[in-house]
Amino acid sequence: MDMKRDYYEDVQFFTSGAITFWLSTLVIGLTLFPFVAKNYYVYVANYMAINVIVVIGLNLLVGYTGQISMGHAGFFAIGAYGTVALMTHAHFPFLLALPVAGLIAAGFGFLLGLPALRLEGPYLAIATLGFGITITQIIGKIKILGERQGLHAPELTIGPWHLNTDRDFYFLLIPITIFLAVLARNLVHTKVGRAFIAIRDADIAAETMGVNLTFYKTLAFAVSAFYAGVGGGLYAFVLRFIEPELFSLFMSVMFLTMAVVGGLGSMMGPIAGASLLALLDLQLRNILGIPYIGEWLEALSRNYFSITGVSNIQMIVFGSILIAIMLFEPLGIYGIWIRTKKYWKMWPY
Amino acid sequence: MAFFEVKNLSISFGGLKALDDISFEIKKGEIYAIIGPNGAGKTTLFNCINGIYKPNKGRILFKDRNIRGKKPDKVAKMGIARTFQNIELFNNMNAMENIMIGRHLHMATGLFRGAFLWGKNSFAGKEETSHRKKVEEIIDLLDLQSARNKFVGGLPYGTQKQIELARALALEPELLLLDEPCAGMNAEEKQDMIFWVKDIQDELGITILLIEHDMTMVMDISDRILALNFGKTITEGTPQEVQKHPEVLRAYLGEDDGECAA
Ligand SMILES: Nc1ncnc2c1ncn2[C@@H]1O[C@H](COP(=O)(O)OP(=O)(O)OP(=O)(O)O)[C@@H](O)[C@H]1O
Ligand SMILES: [Mg+2]
Repeated sequence: MDMKRDYYEDVQFFTSGAITFWLSTLVIGLTLFPFVAKNYYVYVANYMAINVIVVIGLNLLVGYTGQISMGHAGFFAIGAYGTVALMTHAHFPFLLALPVAGLIAAGFGFLLGLPALRLEGPYLAIATLGFGITITQIIGKIKILGERQGLHAPELTIGPWHLNTDRDFYFLLIPITIFLAVLARNLVHTKVGRAFIAIRDADIAAETMGVNLTFYKTLAFAVSAFYAGVGGGLYAFVLRFIEPELFSLFMSVMFLTMAVVGGLGSMMGPIAGASLLALLDLQLRNILGIPYIGEWLEALSRNYFSITGVSNIQMIVFGSILIAIMLFEPLGIYGIWIRTKKYWKMWPY
Repeated sequence: MAFFEVKNLSISFGGLKALDDISFEIKKGEIYAIIGPNGAGKTTLFNCINGIYKPNKGRILFKDRNIRGKKPDKVAKMGIARTFQNIELFNNMNAMENIMIGRHLHMATGLFRGAFLWGKNSFAGKEETSHRKKVEEIIDLLDLQSARNKFVGGLPYGTQKQIELARALALEPELLLLDEPCAGMNAEEKQDMIFWVKDIQDELGITILLIEHDMTMVMDISDRILALNFGKTITEGTPQEVQKHPEVLRAYLGEDDGECAA
């Protein structure tokens, strides 16, 4: 039974009928969602999608190339401010301003990638952290970027389409998210992605096989920064107002956490990690609103866990969930996924 | 002009002279072996050729071009591939993808054409397909079918060594550096490896620079041999000549640590 192999099978997207089925279901579900969900949950979905975009990009850098970044809020800020500034000052249409701002972020990513060539592990973490902090400081000093007061996002129109509500924005954001996810997925299955993984797994061997380390390491930074920048540009329109304080070190750490919790070096990982943690982040703010338990938890945290007497229960729950995931599934959510995948891979066929 | 030539090569680490004034020449199409006890400087010599180490002195000429000081990826681009003494595979890729890295320099898909892999007939789709076909030939040649879709990290040691060889071959090098290809293999795997190395020389016409402790293999397949000890050349010549050299007998063959013995 020596059939001629179809090599495209190795890289194609719809590897099986089951995958096609599930992806179609997902797309239909995503399309129907805003019609059945309350407005707040559409906002939540938008927030999740933006985090997914950033974490997909971050995962290309951290998960695939093995370089760390604790400064992605910096690229996110560049994208957000870039998009808004290009629209208000240079009168770019949104669909042009967004990728251009992404490219500006990519340029910064490339520049940060250069010193990063000489740094590894904790040293790279500190260098990127420094970048993230510095960028917001600089933005806070630039007049056309609103300095400390921040910037309002302009009206969003695409041709005849006025995007006024979260629901309108959802129908712009979700296709962009899917598009960017597919691009990243294709990238990791072709030459560039393979070079990234090779560098992560054995950089010297990769180099002796002809992979230019300088080129691919800086490229990974640039691509990753592009995703963060585009995410930032979209975020500006979810919030409709941006200020430097938003893009804090905590935000960078949060992105990195999402990437790790989801599972590094996979495509499903960042999608799962970013969705789950973004959702938790928003939902835990409402923890005190849960009947009985909310009050009890608040009292508990104020009396026993807090130094300052302020309730920090959402942080505690958040932290506990992170610890639990890492403890039971070091590969992140992706680890759970691959184990259950076998069960439903063939379903419904 | 020589195909490949090393002239007065020296490198030291701190006070240690790992290579001291080494010179030799390789003719196109031959199997040239380097022998010597542990710590003689054999791997260091490979690392200098590859551009992983920067020699202090001397020249390395490949087809009359000086490659000393070039970066490893540039050396690869000139047509020199290698395997490693301590396996250096990409553990989180399967065998096919590992070998595909050997095709890296032959592929043109970049960031954009890669991201826009829209189907079989896109540029990236066609390129992936044709290079996978090429890799499949190498997989067939080295009998690696069963490992094709497995992550290499969990494969047996001998198989991993074969995948390293396959990856180096995928680069289609003119000169192939093999650092102890038989180390840690059982007798049967060794037989196969010897067969393939000869095959690579005969069928593919690739020139081979070989480091090996297994004396039967070295004497069997090499055209010429260079014996090193403490970074210095002891002798150089055909297997018959080198075998008879008293210092080789003493420094190398006499020092029976199991691995070195024939
Ligand atoms: N990067 C390095 N830094 C310091 N010393 C080194 C380095 N690389 C090699 N050496 C030293 O150079 C000498 C030669 O080492 P090399 O690995 O080339 O030996 P070898 O001939 O390959 O031995 P083996 O048969 O054990 O593989 C050794 O003394 C080794 O400790
Ligand atoms: Mg060695």
